[in-house]
Amino acid sequence: MRRFILIAIPYVWLLALFLVPFAIVLKISLSDAAIARPPYFPQFDWAEGIAAFIAELDFENFVWLTEDDLYWKAYLSSVKIAVISTFFTLLAGYPIAYGMARAPEEWRPTLMMLVILPFWTSFLIRVYAWMGILSNEGFLNQFLMWIGVISEPLTILNTNSAVYIGIVYTYLPFMILPVYSALERLDGSLIEAAEDLGCSRLTAFWLVTVPLSKNGIIAGSFLVFIPVLGEFVIPSLLGGSDTLMIGKVLWEEFFSNRDWPVASAVAVVLLLLLVIPIVLFQRNQQKQQEAEQ
Amino acid sequence: MNRMSWFNAVSLTLGFAFLYIPMVILVIFSFNESKLVTVWAGFSTKWYGELLQNEAFLNAAWVTIKVAVFSSTMATVLGTIAAYVLVRGGRFMGRTLFSGMIYAPLVMPEVITGLSLLLLFIGIGLDRGVLTIVLAHTTFSMCYVSVVVSSRLVTFDRSLEEAALDLGCSPAEAFRLVTLPIIAPAVISGWLLAFTLSLDDLVIASFTSGPSATTLPIKIFSAVRLGVSPEINALSTIMISIVTVGVITASLVTKHQVARQKREEQAAVRT
Repeated sequence: MRRFILIAIPYVWLLALFLVPFAIVLKISLSDAAIARPPYFPQFDWAEGIAAFIAELDFENFVWLTEDDLYWKAYLSSVKIAVISTFFTLLAGYPIAYGMARAPEEWRPTLMMLVILPFWTSFLIRVYAWMGILSNEGFLNQFLMWIGVISEPLTILNTNSAVYIGIVYTYLPFMILPVYSALERLDGSLIEAAEDLGCSRLTAFWLVTVPLSKNGIIAGSFLVFIPVLGEFVIPSLLGGSDTLMIGKVLWEEFFSNRDWPVASAVAVVLLLLLVIPIVLFQRNQQKQQEAEQ
Repeated sequence: MNRMSWFNAVSLTLGFAFLYIPMVILVIFSFNESKLVTVWAGFSTKWYGELLQNEAFLNAAWVTIKVAVFSSTMATVLGTIAAYVLVRGGRFMGRTLFSGMIYAPLVMPEVITGLSLLLLFIGIGLDRGVLTIVLAHTTFSMCYVSVVVSSRLVTFDRSLEEAALDLGCSPAEAFRLVTLPIIAPAVISGWLLAFTLSLDDLVIASFTSGPSATTLPIKIFSAVRLGVSPEINALSTIMISIVTVGVITASLVTKHQVARQKREEQAAVRT
C-alpha cells in the first residue's frame, strides 16, 4: 500500500501536468480558431457527447501549415540553423575538450568548473552580453576598426550570423562536456602505438582519436541540436526580422496573433520533427551504456 | 604527457577567452558612468543605486525567488521519490510510460511545455500567477532532479539498505537513516539545479504567468528587447556574482566532503 502511494505521487503529478496538457495541445490543434473566450471551437460539452465533439475536429490547421509558406520555411530554416550551429559548436568545442583532456591532471577539475560555471549563469544574461558586443557601435566593430581590418562597421546584430554566434556561445558547454569525457578515457598508448607504426600526428589524430571519441561527438551534437531546434530567446534577441525559427513563430502565433489552434498545430509538428533526433540520441546513449558494461 | 603542446595551450586560452570575455565586458560596463553601454566614461556605481530604487525590478526579483524556492523544494521531493521508484520500485504497471514522462520534459522545447501548461491552466480555470508558475517549474525541474538522484542511486550498494532492514529497520527508517544520507549530495545538487533552472526560465514563465506575477527574466527580456541598458548590466553583474560565489563554495564543500569521506573510509579499513 505504501509502495503504491509512493509510486502514485510522482506518477499522478506527471500525468496531470505533462501528459494531459499535451493531450490538450493535440486536441486544440484539431479545433478551429474562434472569436471567443477561450478562442477556439469546439468546446467540450458533456451534453452533446463525445461523438458529436469528435465530429467537429479536423486537420484544417495542419493543412494550413503546409499551404502557408511561412511555416514550412520556418521549420526548414530552424533545421538549417540547428545543423550549422551544431557543426560550429563542435568545431569550437572539440579543441577545447581536447586541450582539457591533455591538460595536467591537477588542472582538470578547475577547467571543468570553468566550463560548467557559465552553464549556471542565466541563459538570458549570456545572450544579452552579445547584444553589446555585436551591435554597430559594439566592441567587436570597435576592435576590428581599431586594428584596421574594416573601415565601416559590420552589421552583425539582428542577422543570422549573430544567431549562430549566440548559439555556439550558449551551447558550448553541452558540447565540451561529453566530448571531454570521451577523450579523457582515451588510452594514450593507442596514439603512441599509431605514431610508432608510422602515422604522422595528424593522421594518428584522424584515425585513432576522432573515431574513439565518436560517442562523445554524437552525444554532444544531439545535446546541442535538439534544444536549438525549438530555440526562442536567441533568435528573438540576436536575430533579425528575417530570422525564421519555429520557436519564435509559435510564440508570435500565440501571443501576437492569438491563434491558439495554429500555435498548437505548430507545436505538434515541431514535436514530430524532434522525435527522430531524440530516438537516435537515446539509442546512442544506450549503446554507450552497454559498451561500458 | 606533462608538458602541454602549444596547440592545446592556444585552444584552451582562446576557448576560455570566448566563454568569459563577453561576461567580463558586461560586468565592466555595469560600472560605466555613461548611459551608453559601449563607450567608457568613467567609473560609477550609480546604476546599482538606480536598480535598488526600481520597484518593478525588486518586485519581480522577489517573485522569482519565491517561485524558485517553492518549486525547487517541491521538485526535489517529487524528483527524489520518482528516482527511488524508478531505481528501486521494481516492476509496476505503466513503468515505461512513467520513465518516458521523466525523460521527455528534458528534451521538450520550452515553448511546447509552456504552451501546453498554459492551455491546461486555462482549461481548468486556474488563474495565472505565482501558483501556476510554481506548478510549471516544479513539473519540469523534478525531471532533472530525478535524473541526478537516480544516477546516484544506481551506483550505490544496495546491500547497505538490506543490512538495515535485516537489523530491524522499517523501510521508512532504512530510507531515512541509510539511503538518504548517502544520496544527500545528489539531492542537494538536484535542488540547486532546480533552483537555478527556475531562476533562469523565461519561456515557460512567460506562458504561465499572469499580470499579477512577473518574474525577473520576463522583466529583463522585455527591457532588453528595446536594447542594451546599463541597469540591466548592473543586474546581470549581481546575478553573475551570486552564481559564481555559489558554484565555487559548492565545489569547495564537495571537495572537502570527498576528502573527509576518503579519510573516514581509510580509518574504517584500518580498525
